[in-house]
Amino acid sequence: MTDVVMEAVDVHKRFGRLEVLQGVSLAVTKGETLCIIGASGSGKTTFIRCINHLEKIDGGRITVNGHLIGYREEDGKLREDSEKSIARQRTQIGMVFQRFNLFPHKTAMENVTEAPVHVLGVPTDQAREQALALLRRVGLADKCDTYPGKLSGGQQQRVAIARALAMRPALMLFDEPTSALDPEVTGEVLSVMEELAREGMTMIVVTHEMGFAKVAADRVVMMDGGVIIEEGTPEHFFEAPEHERTKQFLSKIL
Amino acid sequence: MLAAVDWHVVWQRIFHPDHVFFRALYTTVYIAVVAQVMGVLLGLVAALMRTSKVWPLRFLSGLYVLIFRGTPLLVQIFFIYYGVNLLLGFTLIPNSLNLGLFSLDGAVVAGILALGVNEGAYMREIIRAGIDSIDRGQMEAAKSLGMRYGLAMRRIILPQAARVIIPPLGNEFNNMLKTTSLVFTIGVYEMFADAEIHYSNSFQPVEYFLAVAFWYLVLTGVWGLIQAAIERRLAAAERGDELTFRERLTTAWAPAGAFVRR
Repeated sequence: MTDVVMEAVDVHKRFGRLEVLQGVSLAVTKGETLCIIGASGSGKTTFIRCINHLEKIDGGRITVNGHLIGYREEDGKLREDSEKSIARQRTQIGMVFQRFNLFPHKTAMENVTEAPVHVLGVPTDQAREQALALLRRVGLADKCDTYPGKLSGGQQQRVAIARALAMRPALMLFDEPTSALDPEVTGEVLSVMEELAREGMTMIVVTHEMGFAKVAADRVVMMDGGVIIEEGTPEHFFEAPEHERTKQFLSKIL
Repeated sequence: MLAAVDWHVVWQRIFHPDHVFFRALYTTVYIAVVAQVMGVLLGLVAALMRTSKVWPLRFLSGLYVLIFRGTPLLVQIFFIYYGVNLLLGFTLIPNSLNLGLFSLDGAVVAGILALGVNEGAYMREIIRAGIDSIDRGQMEAAKSLGMRYGLAMRRIILPQAARVIIPPLGNEFNNMLKTTSLVFTIGVYEMFADAEIHYSNSFQPVEYFLAVAFWYLVLTGVWGLIQAAIERRLAAAERGDELTFRERLTTAWAPAGAFVRR
């Protein structure tokens, strides 16, 4: 085995009669930061939601750290896995959502300690210590006892990143993490993500922030119509995009 | 001309109620509390069944609401008290239930059962609305952190849904306090039965029913205060728009609320 963390092979996904993913294959290696770009409706968000089985796939297979996600193989057939084992697989995969989805009835600290304590069984004081370190890392050590409602969007998203990291995931998924933010606070979230990328976290980021891609991404893929149409380094996308759709798309967002 | 009201009797019933009355009052409160708790639990189970992947559970949940919201409570009370044992062919509801420390009259058991099961059908709708009001992203975030459905419900969804559920739940209990009067029809000696018996001995309906109405007002009034305090505590954890304690009180006391500018 190489150091492949996530591998998707010919992934298909339908919503009713609409085929959102029409055969997506992609591999991400350890420590790599991959950005997925593409217009809305191109299937990029659906794809990363499939990686932690928030969406069921209709065809193909996804593995994380060599384990099949959401399904188990029996006599060559794929059957949906039990809720318990899907939940266990998800502990390995952190996810950051476009709309943060912090738990509004819990403080920043409690948001971060919730899953380590109640899913992994980490002792509370140990979890709090770890959470404090994570909140310090995202620059919010002074907001431990603040409820999400009293935090700005940028602060909420940074707490959400700390919350996902608290599970010590092997892979982090970011679903348009800055799209719901005011332009002046996207920077604080992106710099936390850049820091993470530098530290060697394996990350898949759905984003429109080409600036981030330029600084932090090892590789960029462009999705359109439910397939990957182009793949390359960030430089490739800035300097010599090949596909007509890619050129069009980039000219609009740059 | 107004018939002469014997105010002395009313006064007596309000300010110097006898021992028997207090037992009846206790029975009313006791039945209301137990039936309400039962209703909440049944409502929660039915609400969760409604979103189950297993269709027979969803079907049962729907049937439950259809039957118990669609037929009169009085019919349900009579059916359960007189019909259930006969229907089942064995004694589900005994004439008296000896629980060691205290014993329960079979009619009380049947009354609680009928009120509780009926209430569960209404609570299901309230709890369902509460759960539905929580953003889908909350469940997704919980799942993405490795939480299973039950844990996510218990730690993430239900605590948030509770804020939506508790105000109408308070109204349900207010209703329950008064609806318990129906179980006098199967011979439970609660507050209304006490008034009814005094009336049939004296033929002074105005005096006795006025006095018992007063006591129902006391119960619902006290509950209004408790409800206001609970809702205020809930709101305190929230940002921004919460009402002050004084405003909560005056809203709970509707007539007084009309005179308060908000």
